[in-house]
Amino acid sequence: MTAKPVPVPTPETQPFWDGCAAGELRIQRCADCGRPYFYPRPVCPACSSRNVAWFTASGRATLYSYVINYRPAPGFEDATPYAIAVVELEEGPRMMTNIVGLPATPEALVLDMPLQVSFERRGDVSLPVFGPAEAGRAGEAPAKDRAR
Amino acid sequence: MSGSTGVVIAGAAETDQVGRLPGHSTLQLHVEGALNAVADAGLSLRDIDGIATVPSPGPVQVAHALGITPDWIDGTGVGGTSFLLHVRHAVAAIRAGYARTVLITHGESGRSRVGAAPFRFAASSLPGQFEAPYGTFGPTTIFTIPALRYMKDYGLTHEQLAYVAVAQRRWAAKNPRAAFRDPITVEDVLASRMVAYPFHLLECCLVTDGGGALVVASAERAAEFGKPAVHVLGTGESSETPMISQMVDFTESQAFRLAGQAAFAEAGISVADVDHLMIYDAFAHVPIYGLEALGFAAKGEAGAFIADGNTEPGGSLPLNTNGGGLSYTHTGMYGMFAIQEGVRQLRGEAAAQVGDPQISVILGNGGMFATAGVLVLGRQPR
Repeated sequence: MTAKPVPVPTPETQPFWDGCAAGELRIQRCADCGRPYFYPRPVCPACSSRNVAWFTASGRATLYSYVINYRPAPGFEDATPYAIAVVELEEGPRMMTNIVGLPATPEALVLDMPLQVSFERRGDVSLPVFGPAEAGRAGEAPAKDRAR
Repeated sequence: MSGSTGVVIAGAAETDQVGRLPGHSTLQLHVEGALNAVADAGLSLRDIDGIATVPSPGPVQVAHALGITPDWIDGTGVGGTSFLLHVRHAVAAIRAGYARTVLITHGESGRSRVGAAPFRFAASSLPGQFEAPYGTFGPTTIFTIPALRYMKDYGLTHEQLAYVAVAQRRWAAKNPRAAFRDPITVEDVLASRMVAYPFHLLECCLVTDGGGALVVASAERAAEFGKPAVHVLGTGESSETPMISQMVDFTESQAFRLAGQAAFAEAGISVADVDHLMIYDAFAHVPIYGLEALGFAAKGEAGAFIADGNTEPGGSLPLNTNGGGLSYTHTGMYGMFAIQEGVRQLRGEAAAQVGDPQISVILGNGGMFATAGVLVLGRQPR
């Protein structure tokens, strides 16, 4: 089976991928207008300032939209169906991701549900993925049932 | 000031066939469409001094294959709407005197993939870094992502989304060239195979082989040609995002709206003036976004507008009368076919002719809500 695609960083995106490798979601913020943004680039998309800086985002996000894909991309055959999602970070920017720790069903994936970042090793890089923010994990029985 | 641009579509034709054409390469489809369009205009290839097409196979290849030495070249390649942008750029070039007679070609072996460039993102490109690792695999996995957000925010139902395909099939039934002509119901759509929830197979466009071309010239010059000219009254273009995740608002297309505003303003028209409409329908939600972006339906109401029958045969706003990408044909870059149907309707030559339309509007999408082009075409100059 073909392996899943592995991103190849470029100089302007390297700090993002370095952050992921360290277990941190690092994105950029404009030091002039204050707006956080993603994807990585050396100029603020809101005010054109080049005075931009990296910071570590909270990793908290909400589910903005998604599809549940039934025609697997090469490397995803065993994972199908799977959710390709766009999440909205607490800081505002949005990014594409996969949803982990929840079944890929419309019932489990509710728009605006709170999510938390985690990192999945893929080749030479770590990839940000998002799972439910609550302590309990989907697929596990609730605590009171487990106690029995 | 309203009026015509002074430039017309003087010739328009598709390839002899569309559908599954394993005997035609991508380049051959360009050539066949070009020859048909030039003949339609009553011209010969020697009359052509400007060439426009997308970068693959590109204007140099197409011009050379046809024996054209151009004075003006446009290789704008921004997805399926590129041909609408070529018309806009040709209008400017003709008005500037850079070209007199421009040929715009499309050909794509989208299904058979004969002589076709592979689809591939470099792993270091933006989509390669920030989308492909999550298992995107072509438009069905990308273009579709905004829809659930729209459904939640505006109450669009699965049945209303499915009805877009039902309405367009009713037009396709009248078009002998359409790939799918048998009537379908909402139940049929919802029972078809799930491709990428919430999209079923029948809510996704076809993948076909085919092509087409246009000849664009000044109205004055085209008066000497054979066919009734279709006047370019207004045009617009815009772009939004190279990645769907960076779309400003998942419930509307900024590029559709801006391109539409520019084209309507140049033509000096409002939605009430439009007799016929084509909206690039790669997936069932795109006509909904298009109707709202152009102002034919209020935000959140286009799904009901279609489900109420307004856009199907007998409705007040004939939309995608060739059957669209969902039922007619979709080579990958469908914009050329949307223009062709607008021209046919204004000439009174369409398979599903909608009376005597005076103004047709074409909205083209490029990429996945990445770019947009809009043409306002008229039977007469305004």
